[in-house]
Amino acid sequence: MADLLKNEKDFVVPGEKVVESMDYIPGRNCFRDGNAIKSKKIGIVSVANRVISIIPLNGTYAPKVGDMILGEVIDIQSNGWIVDIGIAHSAYLPLSGIREFIDTTRTQLSSVYNIGDLMYSKVSNLNGPDSIHLSMDDVRCRKLRGGRVLEINAAKVPRLIGREGSMIRMIKDKTRCSICVGQNGIIWMDGENQDVALEAMHEIERFPQQDGLTDKISAMLDSRVKPGQAQASITNSTASKSIDSEAGS
Amino acid sequence: MKRADGRSAGELRPITIKAGVIPNANGSAMVAMGKTIAVAAVYGPRYLHPRFKQKYEKALLNTVYMMVPFSTSERVRPGPSRRSHEICKVTREALENVVCLEEYPKAVIDVYINIIQANAGTRTAGINAASVALADAGISMKDLVASAAAGKIGDEYVLDLAGKEEEETDCDVPVAYVPGQDKISLLQMDGKLPPEDVEKVIRTAIEGCKQIYEKQKEALRERWVQK
Repeated sequence: MADLLKNEKDFVVPGEKVVESMDYIPGRNCFRDGNAIKSKKIGIVSVANRVISIIPLNGTYAPKVGDMILGEVIDIQSNGWIVDIGIAHSAYLPLSGIREFIDTTRTQLSSVYNIGDLMYSKVSNLNGPDSIHLSMDDVRCRKLRGGRVLEINAAKVPRLIGREGSMIRMIKDKTRCSICVGQNGIIWMDGENQDVALEAMHEIERFPQQDGLTDKISAMLDSRVKPGQAQASITNSTASKSIDSEAGS
Repeated sequence: MKRADGRSAGELRPITIKAGVIPNANGSAMVAMGKTIAVAAVYGPRYLHPRFKQKYEKALLNTVYMMVPFSTSERVRPGPSRRSHEICKVTREALENVVCLEEYPKAVIDVYINIIQANAGTRTAGINAASVALADAGISMKDLVASAAAGKIGDEYVLDLAGKEEEETDCDVPVAYVPGQDKISLLQMDGKLPPEDVEKVIRTAIEGCKQIYEKQKEALRERWVQK
């Protein structure tokens, strides 16, 4: 096999050649130009077997099937809901995507989910970049009540979640705050020590590639969270349990 | 030959490029070519309103070129003018060739270019800044675009005209160049030039573009790679 012009984890800019050989296949965020594979975005090279892809360092969220995302219901149609997920295109949550049976002749759709409701849902189907279908068919999916919402850069969400969810689990455990992270960079939280959790998340967004980031955040949480506070209320602790499983995504 | 500012014929003005200068934009860049300074900000891809402007199969690239009122010694009247309209159009067409617009159907990518100090070559500086800002915003592109102007003073082909040189030269040829594909995406000419000289002037400009391209890559690397 031909040698890579850029090694794994190297930084590339759009148009930069990664390899000049037909032995490799272009994956996400790169394209073939003649014999060469070139990057389409600023990012980090990743090589899996013979597939070359670029992990983007910036950019708006690009939906993938199976992603858990947060969005707000902005419109109701005859058999589904339109959900704003913070990108150029809104997503569609059809009636068939929710778990319970709803008789549309008897029930108003607005009594199930109404305009303004915050949804934690899964991308079930993609038909091109402008047709995004959602579903609630997952234990983690639910309507979120109360709490507060913040937005971070979607390219930094993997850092916030951490390997196998280590980073976000640490923030949840130490602040005793319930947090829902959407792959689209929208985050919901409720419960104790929200300000501390918020600060930690902003720190991760600002310096995502920093060495020893986990230790730094851990130390910051330890010093800022007041010890010996009352246990989180029952609703909060159950909520945080049910969404802990989201971490691996 | 020495030029008014002490450069040789094929030499660029000192150039500084900085990416990520505007925190609120998705991507941004500042390009200073000598005394000409351009700042570009990129927003999007985002929802395009009004809807009738949406294109079904691709994104709309909306470029806005503006010279701020204090950019020259004579105050520039704010608002669109015949000249800025033209530059918006040629800038958009220079960039459309590299941005993967088909990946963002029905959306819009807004590119705002502000010239905060003008000393000849503002459209080339604007394109250089916009190209870095688009890449900085994480938008899919086939390549970066670099741009420089060239002309002819006396018998010499001169690169990157500055200040009064624009008046001395027989012609002013701004070129935008896509290095990875060896293609030209903008070519204009102001003035007169014998046909046999045209290619030489364009080649001079392309040499400059290649140097700028390296600076653009360096600027992006500086912004995104931790030391």
